[in-house]
Amino acid sequence: MNNSMQWSRNCPIPISSDALRISLAHGEGARLSRRLISEIILPRFATATSRGFADAATVTTIGCRLAICTDSHTVSPMFFPGGDLGSLSVYGTVNDLAVAGAYPRWLTMSLIIEEGLPIVILERILDSAAHAAGECKVTIVAGDTKVVPRGAADGLFINTSGVGELMDPVPPGPESIQVGDKVLVSGPIGRHGIAVMSTRESFAFEPSPLSDSGSVIHAVASLRNSVGEHLRTIRDATRGGVSAVLHEWAMECGHTFALTESCIPVTDEVRGACELLGLDPLYVANEGTIVIAVDPLFAEIALNAVRQVPGCGQAAIIGEVQPKRITPVTIRRNFGSPQPVDEPSGAPLPRIC
Amino acid sequence: MKFIDEFRDPVLATELVRRIRATAKQPWVLMEVCGGQTHSLLRHGIDVELQGAVELIHGPGCPVCVTDISAIDLAQQLASLPGVVLASFGDMLRVPGSQGSLLTARATGGDVMMVYSPVDAVRHAQSHPDQQVVFFAVGFETTAPATALAVLQAHQLGLTNFSVLVSHVRVQPAMEALMQAPDNRVEGFLAAGHVCSITGYDSYDSFAKRHRVPVIVTGFEPVDLLQGILECVTQLETGTAEVRNSYGRSVERLGNPAAQRVVDTVYEIDDRAWRGFGVIPAGGYRLREEYATFDAQRRFGLTRSAEKNDPTDTKRCRAGDVLSGRLKPCDCPEFGKACTPDSPLGAPMVSSEGACAAYFRYHRGSLT
Amino acid sequence: MCLGVPGKVVEWIDRDPVFGRALVEFGGIRRECHMACVPDAEVGDYVIVHAGIAITRVNEQEAQRTLQDFAAIAEGLSELDEFNPAETV
Repeated sequence: MNNSMQWSRNCPIPISSDALRISLAHGEGARLSRRLISEIILPRFATATSRGFADAATVTTIGCRLAICTDSHTVSPMFFPGGDLGSLSVYGTVNDLAVAGAYPRWLTMSLIIEEGLPIVILERILDSAAHAAGECKVTIVAGDTKVVPRGAADGLFINTSGVGELMDPVPPGPESIQVGDKVLVSGPIGRHGIAVMSTRESFAFEPSPLSDSGSVIHAVASLRNSVGEHLRTIRDATRGGVSAVLHEWAMECGHTFALTESCIPVTDEVRGACELLGLDPLYVANEGTIVIAVDPLFAEIALNAVRQVPGCGQAAIIGEVQPKRITPVTIRRNFGSPQPVDEPSGAPLPRIC
Repeated sequence: MKFIDEFRDPVLATELVRRIRATAKQPWVLMEVCGGQTHSLLRHGIDVELQGAVELIHGPGCPVCVTDISAIDLAQQLASLPGVVLASFGDMLRVPGSQGSLLTARATGGDVMMVYSPVDAVRHAQSHPDQQVVFFAVGFETTAPATALAVLQAHQLGLTNFSVLVSHVRVQPAMEALMQAPDNRVEGFLAAGHVCSITGYDSYDSFAKRHRVPVIVTGFEPVDLLQGILECVTQLETGTAEVRNSYGRSVERLGNPAAQRVVDTVYEIDDRAWRGFGVIPAGGYRLREEYATFDAQRRFGLTRSAEKNDPTDTKRCRAGDVLSGRLKPCDCPEFGKACTPDSPLGAPMVSSEGACAAYFRYHRGSLT
Repeated sequence: MCLGVPGKVVEWIDRDPVFGRALVEFGGIRRECHMACVPDAEVGDYVIVHAGIAITRVNEQEAQRTLQDFAAIAEGLSELDEFNPAETV
């Protein structure tokens, strides 16, 4: 498949063959560069506090501890049911800040554009990023643009770095997880991975499974407001899914996580797709669903708090922390003794066997 | 989901376990032939539930594990030809040939496409006349109708840019080979349900008689598997050795004639080299002469080289012992040490359906 | 080998003997599946789908019979020596 078709796959707007495209000259610092920045990028992000992207942004002095993170975003296809690369690049970094216990304030955004990318696609992606930033009340204060020759990138890569204000009480982290703690998820799992894979591989499911791509700020805020210092740790379960998060936590706290399959929320779409493709939703990526470890006495309160948040009505307690066993994560399926949950190795591939 | 959830019912499954335990007076050695059955048995912990009553040996039914290394090498070669797109099932992408896997081929510039269905590859060929699409046709009798149908469709469409690299395998000749091995331990077979959906189970009658071994056509959900095991154990305890169908909802005695016609139109039976087994007589399919124009090997003038170095270590790997049930994966001295799914010494560790990989995945040998 | 998933035939799209296709439902999703091997399947029937091809029809009566046998097991109505889970062939 040639690149231009790949880029426009699932794009909500048609791309004509004579569409204006990014050329190497757009990245060479001269007039075209200036116009790209001033006519296409800045109008979408300029706010009262940042009239333009200087090489360095100056922001207000704030008297608290900060959280800083950076994340590079690439997704094929760039547009998928339920989201796109633009909003994903904002939510991804915002969510990393939120689960660390910070209120996201500022982002920087760096674009690496492949020569030949239709400008309308770039515009569409930037619109989506700007919309997501507005929704999350973060300001994009600095940015950079590079154009690389055709073949050196997959259409568009976006790096965003974020700064947030740490708010007390900051969840202490996975080392604080204790035996008996409960594990929650904020919604049905596996939606992003199935949505992207179905589109990328043209599995042609109807309806197209939707990604959960979105901000977790409200879910985290609701948890903090309700059970504050009783939260142990929160993580957005991106690549590797819930299984990857729990394996990491198990390494850090030294306990075993015991899940109950019947408690894990999965949509009918993801269930059907996973049965058909031979995948386990536990290993499939999420982009707006968090895993929470909480003091067991406050688990029900935490659950109710998350469920109040729009889109999180299916949040559930999916397991608990047990004394260390040989296997760091186990699952009780319909019957019999708990079975080990493997650590994911590489992206899940559909199987016929 | 209907016809899945009912057959994962915990009350039924628990009761069936109890009955199997009550019936088995000695630890019978059963082989589940199909990798899908292995996956389900381990995923639901059925092997653990039955410990002491039944020993389950994981059969050769993982077609990507038994796909001969020369076929993978050919697929890689094809993927690297200019203008050629090699389409493959996801399972096959990580299996190493002598020069790495198809994923390696993609990383080094080869054009490799993952498809869910062989007919999707035909559609791709139809909409991309500038590309030569080669489908890597692996799998057992269950998968052969799908790849044969793809060939029939390409034939009717008159596509000149679609071809197949055929490496299909047939399961019953492998069961025959296992029974003829001098130190065979298998006392009963759970035959592969979906293979039988196509082929039926008539042909197992003489096999069961000749070898005095019960053959139970068995499905894939926990209740299906336990039902098959109970039937097998009951026969063994009463000294009978018959063919029974425990997967009646999906298998008819004569199989699916429509599917058989599709397969017979396109393929004929052939000897086939199995990784870890060697050449098994009548152990595979090849394209019939009428469809030879769809043979990727012919189209691109490639020959299968028999003398490839297997990157997996055949001296240290005891795949033959594992696949024939003489050795449990976790009792192999290399298991989980020198041999892991990330760096397999042998075929059963390469695919998630392979017996060793399944053991590794479910931490058998370390959990209890 | 052989991941086969039961799905419900929702709508025939094409009845051609080679290119026949139907929309088949699996849980919350539907997908076009090729039907050349199950030409007699009707809307409402369940088929086992493997690699995008329906490979056989699900025999609902047989499934019901199996489940009824199982229900008897679960209720403890059927004694072990009477229990015969497999179809006699």
